[in-house]
Amino acid sequence: MDKVIVAKDVSLSYKADETIINQANFSINSGSFVFITGASGSGKSTLLKSLFGAIKLKQGSLVVGGVELGNVSRSKLNFLRRHIGIVFQDYKLIKEWTIEKNIMMPLIINGYEKSVTLNQVESLLKHVRLKHQAGKYPLELSGGEQQRVAMARALSHNPILILADEPTGNLDEYSSELIWNLLEGANTQLGTTVIVVTHHIPASLSIDYKHFHIEYGSINEIS
Amino acid sequence: MKSVKNHLSLIVALVSILFSIQVFVIVDRSIDAYKEKLSKNYSIVVVSQKRIKNSDFLLIDKLIDEIEILSPDNVIRRLNSDLNRANMELLKLSLPKFYKLKLKKYPTPQEIKKLRANLLQNRYISKVEDFSNSHDTIYKLLVLFKNVVLVFAVVVSIVTMLLILKELRIWQFKHNERMSIMGLFGAPTWLRSAVLFRLSLVDAIISSAIIFVIFAYISSSSWVLKEFNNININIVIFDPTGDFIKLFGISVALSIILASMIVLGHKEEV
Repeated sequence: MDKVIVAKDVSLSYKADETIINQANFSINSGSFVFITGASGSGKSTLLKSLFGAIKLKQGSLVVGGVELGNVSRSKLNFLRRHIGIVFQDYKLIKEWTIEKNIMMPLIINGYEKSVTLNQVESLLKHVRLKHQAGKYPLELSGGEQQRVAMARALSHNPILILADEPTGNLDEYSSELIWNLLEGANTQLGTTVIVVTHHIPASLSIDYKHFHIEYGSINEIS
Repeated sequence: MKSVKNHLSLIVALVSILFSIQVFVIVDRSIDAYKEKLSKNYSIVVVSQKRIKNSDFLLIDKLIDEIEILSPDNVIRRLNSDLNRANMELLKLSLPKFYKLKLKKYPTPQEIKKLRANLLQNRYISKVEDFSNSHDTIYKLLVLFKNVVLVFAVVVSIVTMLLILKELRIWQFKHNERMSIMGLFGAPTWLRSAVLFRLSLVDAIISSAIIFVIFAYISSSSWVLKEFNNININIVIFDPTGDFIKLFGISVALSIILASMIVLGHKEEV
């Protein structure tokens, strides 16, 4: 099976005199569903950020989707990010754009045709049950609805990899279930690799998954 | 409403800069026109022991435009009317020749000094009257007026640029989030900053249009035209093509510089 992520001796830090992740070695197969857990401040989000090149490596080699992130150029990083869907805990929606335009954004960046873009957005809005809110702005929606928009945006361009940072952290039960269903669907139906950083693995999940736990800077796989 | 306010602050700043530039251009044109008018009335009187040909005068200094010989008849008539015709002719021949020299443009005090020196180098020229005292006063007044307007325009431009820099921080904050989010999805720099450049360009177009309307009105205003007529000056207050293209170019350039500074100062936030 193809490896979508290969990490060798990866160390991560924000300051020179501290290390958050220390010489981590792991790999993730294409099409797998992965959970990363750990206590607050253990480095879960830092590790996730390193996977889309938002944090530079202190040491080691990290290959994501065939791109070595060690000394990656801006154009290569952009290329990689165009094939990744990211979901943040704080949604990161563009406030001055409508819901429809927010979902459309990765498709525009990837240069999709307008007709394809419109069809895809319409279908995704149906999936996240927000078709009636298409013309609204993010701040007019509830937190759960905003996260569903962020989810639709992450799925819009059929990425090879979805990275989700505590996607259901602050959500109600209905929105949480919808988000997990969408992530599960992307993994099982489209074969997308999904990596989720979370405090709690939902009990209702019906798929096989891999579980990494971070403790004291080291990453351990839990079987 | 907030967005309109943000637009308005850049538009007002650009309009102020363009307005002060055009006011300076109008003052500069008025002074040039006034100088030209003065140069028509201004002349230098030269006294020569012998007759000098016009072509020789023209060789002395390239500022000299026209040469007029002053007739001594009036002076002789006033001296003594009892002289017979033959004596009068003899006297005429023995008198020095007086020339009035008109110049191509209104000269600077330095040009007058140089011209005077050049004229006195000719062995026949004994005296040059350049009326430098009154000339210098008028010239210095014009230069002072032009400099005052220039300083005013520069001060307005500096203050406005400071306002624009303040505005830049607001824009930076406003656009940083959008540019960062687009960057997380792999948008290249040109796509991330396209909105910003489009907004700046729209502001530049609106500012230029406002300036066009203001100066089109001023240049056709009867009060303004009357004021220029009063001082006998006829200038182009606002050229709807030439001046507009220049002002539009300045406006676009400033907006693009502003947008580029935001793009260059952008730091990705995750």
